Amino acid sequence: MPVSLEEILKISHLARLHVDPEEAGQYAADLSSILAWVQQMNKVDTRGVDPMAHPLDACQRLREDKVTESDQREKFQAIAPRTENGLYLVPKVIE
Amino acid sequence: MVMEELSVQQLADGLDSGQFSSVELVRHFLHRMQAHRHLNAFISELHDRAVMQAGHADRQIRERKHGPLTGVPLAHKDIFCMSGERTSCGSKMLDNFIAPYHATVVQKLEQAGCVVLGKTNMDEFAMGSSSENSYYGPVRNPWNAECVPGGSSGGSAAAVAARLVPLATGTDTGGSIRQPAAFCGVTGLKPTYGRISRYGMVAYASSLDQAGPFGKSAQDCAYLLQAMAGFDEKDSTSVDAPVPAYLAELNRPLQGKVVGIPDEYFSTGLGSEVRTIIARAIDWAEEQGCIIKDISLPNTELAIPAYYVIATAECSSNLSRYDGVRFGHRCEDPKDLHDLYHRSRSEGFGTEVKRRIMIGTYALSTGYYDAYYLKAQQVRRLISADFNAAFQDVDFILGPTAPETAFRIGEKTDDPVTMYLSDIYTISINLAGLPAISIPCGIHEGLPVGMQLIGNYFAEDKLLNFAHQYQLATDWHQQCPPGFQQKRQGC
Repeated sequence: MPVSLEEILKISHLARLHVDPEEAGQYAADLSSILAWVQQMNKVDTRGVDPMAHPLDACQRLREDKVTESDQREKFQAIAPRTENGLYLVPKVIE
Repeated sequence: MVMEELSVQQLADGLDSGQFSSVELVRHFLHRMQAHRHLNAFISELHDRAVMQAGHADRQIRERKHGPLTGVPLAHKDIFCMSGERTSCGSKMLDNFIAPYHATVVQKLEQAGCVVLGKTNMDEFAMGSSSENSYYGPVRNPWNAECVPGGSSGGSAAAVAARLVPLATGTDTGGSIRQPAAFCGVTGLKPTYGRISRYGMVAYASSLDQAGPFGKSAQDCAYLLQAMAGFDEKDSTSVDAPVPAYLAELNRPLQGKVVGIPDEYFSTGLGSEVRTIIARAIDWAEEQGCIIKDISLPNTELAIPAYYVIATAECSSNLSRYDGVRFGHRCEDPKDLHDLYHRSRSEGFGTEVKRRIMIGTYALSTGYYDAYYLKAQQVRRLISADFNAAFQDVDFILGPTAPETAFRIGEKTDDPVTMYLSDIYTISINLAGLPAISIPCGIHEGLPVGMQLIGNYFAEDKLLNFAHQYQLATDWHQQCPPGFQQKRQGC
């Protein structure tokens, strides 16, 4: 099933990636061929097979509910593109 | 004495006995790194830091407060966060990222006294099989500069092969330690999922990613694994199980061990010269008294399709954190929030990373989830069940690491699917979460061939034991690529 240009634009929006119209064609071709090849999986009947999300089928380990992290805001914000008064700056969202 | 040819044990002995200091050792390797920059194996060279660390190691040795790795140089794949140093993951996105903390692997090796010489080059975000997808340019194979070193840990493999560093760390999501180890003629181990902490290791596909060691030999890898392995409360998927003394297990006899040979790993697609070389390794195992048994892993060919759904789905989720707000690349003058996200990500990520994010986003999107993601997870269960069935009857599974020797730079960049197929023998091991090692076992037309030995869960000790015995009997792991030997004179 080929991936259409509309689908590429929809997916690129979901992925928050900018795709130029000229790039969209290449993405559509790449994704179509990769997905067609992935369809090989349909050769095998998986009805009733438990999906495997974790290689060791481990459960989430629980820890004590206590604070372990110290306040390192200045250190972490030192590598941020833009901050002011301890806040991360982004373009205005609400007019 | 040629320092770069010494084993870790010899380095430890030399440091312990005062034959050379860590500072001398570190300067020697830093000099080699500088002399062979054309390989592009390193993204960052940490000269000053390394010499300082070595001085500290020398003091510890003088005060007799040292361990076997104190003062031994090593390189980290640039996927491990190292406090105060750039951790780029081979991406423009993280070109300006100075890690604010140490990965657990970095922390543990620092505690063990290792001296970090640099951060190695890699496929961007570990997505690739050739180390060509790096923002910092492709890594070259020391055996042939026109060829790729494999990937994604190509910089680490090339650096160890060229004797620029005795040890290096890597990560393996679908073959990223084993395939470059095979292409570069070094030993590389991908441990059981959960054996080594993933804390501070930049995430690609979290249910598959696992760190591991590169060395010239299995014995060297045993030293490094010993220091890397173990439970870490900071990684909820790390396994709380005792770590065996790997070095103590190296000398067990192989007599009576059952080695499974999977039919599917020797079918079409395997180069005839690689097949012949692997057959010789199988003969060797038989001569040691191993029982060779034909086995079948029937779902092998579905591993790559399942991987490219699961890995891309996890990557699309993991890489959503790069938003241009908190760290990493941010576009110039965003006109609104939407523009900030879209342009920062599009400028920061390279082609293959964007392609995988797109595939993963598609596979997880409404209407396609069951057909792709759920199906792939079910196929993953079948692949894992194949291995579980096989390990009822065998101790090891042996085959080639890759279908062919290193390919040429640019040869597979136009067709993603062809590139993906170079991981055909390695990917299913990650899906199952098993350990596997690549061991040099031959050279064809000047390029190394690796065999892959797969073990049951937490059988790293047995893999290293087998590899060590093989390396006592052969010298493939001692072959140095032409042009990287030093003239035989004192160091």
